Amino acid sequence: MTLDRRSFIKILGSASGVALAGCAGAPSVSSGSAGEIMAKTGRRVIVIGGGYGGSIAAKYVRMLDKSIEVVMVERNKQFISCPFSNFYIAGITNDMNALTINYDRLAANHGIKMVYAEVTAIDPAAKTVVTSAGTLAYDRLIVSPGIDFRIEEIEGYNAQTPESIPHAWKTGAQSTLLRNQLQSMKDGGTVIMSMPLTPYRCPPGPYERSCLIASYLKQHKPKSKLILLDANPDVVSKKPLFTKAWSTYYKDNFQYIGAKKVTQVNVAGKSVSIEGVEDFKGDVINLIPPQRAADLAVKAGLVGDDKKWCPVDAVSFQSTKHKDIHVIGDATALPSDGPPMPKSGYSANSQAKVCAQNVVNLMNGKEPVEFSGINVCYSALNEHESVSVANVYAIKGGKIISVPNSGGISPVDFSLTKAEHAYAESWLRNILTEMSS
Amino acid sequence: MKQCWNAALAAGALAFSVSAQAAPPTPEMISFACAGCHGTNGGSAGLSMPSLASQSKTAIVDAMKKFKSGERPSTVMGRLAKGYADADFEAMGNFFSRQKFHPTMQAVDKAKVAKGSDLQEANCSRCHLDDGKDGKDDTPVMASQWLPYLQMQMDLYQSGKRKMPEKMAEKVKPLSKEDLDALLHFYASVNK
Repeated sequence: MTLDRRSFIKILGSASGVALAGCAGAPSVSSGSAGEIMAKTGRRVIVIGGGYGGSIAAKYVRMLDKSIEVVMVERNKQFISCPFSNFYIAGITNDMNALTINYDRLAANHGIKMVYAEVTAIDPAAKTVVTSAGTLAYDRLIVSPGIDFRIEEIEGYNAQTPESIPHAWKTGAQSTLLRNQLQSMKDGGTVIMSMPLTPYRCPPGPYERSCLIASYLKQHKPKSKLILLDANPDVVSKKPLFTKAWSTYYKDNFQYIGAKKVTQVNVAGKSVSIEGVEDFKGDVINLIPPQRAADLAVKAGLVGDDKKWCPVDAVSFQSTKHKDIHVIGDATALPSDGPPMPKSGYSANSQAKVCAQNVVNLMNGKEPVEFSGINVCYSALNEHESVSVANVYAIKGGKIISVPNSGGISPVDFSLTKAEHAYAESWLRNILTEMSS
Repeated sequence: MKQCWNAALAAGALAFSVSAQAAPPTPEMISFACAGCHGTNGGSAGLSMPSLASQSKTAIVDAMKKFKSGERPSTVMGRLAKGYADADFEAMGNFFSRQKFHPTMQAVDKAKVAKGSDLQEANCSRCHLDDGKDGKDDTPVMASQWLPYLQMQMDLYQSGKRKMPEKMAEKVKPLSKEDLDALLHFYASVNK
């Protein structure tokens, strides 16, 4: 190769600049009229979203280069973790305090500027983010928007449906609602859980929830039962571990049924329907709808041809739809060879660091660095035992791969479940501390 | 406008081909991923997870090799270690040995700490240098590790699942359960 990498990047940088300058304003998502706030003086990265991905991306950009200003735009002053929220739903823990963080120490320790506002539009040509507090300019934008639901795929489901039939797939009021419904259900009642086809946020999450709800019913409402309707033909995560837990601990009050894709909900009649041919009625229904990248990503034109997920480059996480915008976490469709990185908190954490490193490198005219990442997901089987899946991810031919002959799930003899329960709690403490300090 | 869009996308697509020529992962890139469980720069906030910050390079490499071979028992570490080559372990060792010592400031039993301090001096200080703050060769930094982590590891040693180095086995053999508990409280108490 005769052209060295650095100058190659520079040439491309200017070429892109010319192309984009020619269409100034054209790809704008919506016309933002709010005035500019925090006028940009030096180099700036804006991070949208302060969850498992965004908080870490903001922190690591600052850790790697203090000369880059970082502004994080987040609509909530507090973040509540989805991991471990099943403990609260199933009554094992009594509040969400241990799942809740704020951004005060993170912002102070790393000099991150917080803007608590709703993002209404992204203008990739003008390189601005329009928020409810005003418009902000960026050099590079990192978007970690999370997920929203494809409610249009379920007949009878509307914006009000979760108020009586919770998904509890975003932690907060939804978790409390499901918890309260379970606690006020009569003994002898039926709980229906419905989970969507992959990909969705947190592959083992619905199975963990089924274990913990079954555990709650077994202890507190022994005449009750739980039915998990899986849209997938079979268990898609930690299958040997969950199937063993179900048959060992919950065989009397739990039933798993695969290939049951809920296509219709009857809110008044408290039932769900599979293609209109089979109905399941529940005293409590936890319907987790199919998912896609969050509304923000869809509105900003960051989703691919599938209209669901955001395609990105596997090295820099730069969107293939808009230059200088990077997307991380659950919302992404990563080029993958083999089983993809799961949409998990740990994956988002790991991706955020790779993205931060390469955003900094690209802004400094340095060559990007290849992906090296990890995912570890713990799932509880009851209030004393947990299991895990752990994998190392690398890049090969521009695609993310799980490193061969490594990783995998816990031993199926359950010899490590108690130790892993302790490690799971330490994982939560460490990852939330990393996000908030 | 459509033409503009295509031009922009074409430029973008070319830019991604640069990414395909990215440099191999740096020690930082490899080690940052560990922080999800071990804390930023290896300073742990989780009671059963060890701090990696300020461990010697040899201790990190040795631990990772033993996790990989299965010689050291683990839950996820063996599965993860298999995803890395020796050069990656060296990179992790380089990174974590450069990080500042992480004080945990945890609650400990004062009487046990005093007893443990004497035991450390008499039995362990030749390898666990400077109150367990300094790692010599493959000796890990004990100071300020979380008490539940230290207790879990001691349980693994006592059950025979984790093998003690010969010199350590000689020193540990005559110590009572109470002595060992006092020692662990002492190490946990060392914050600077």
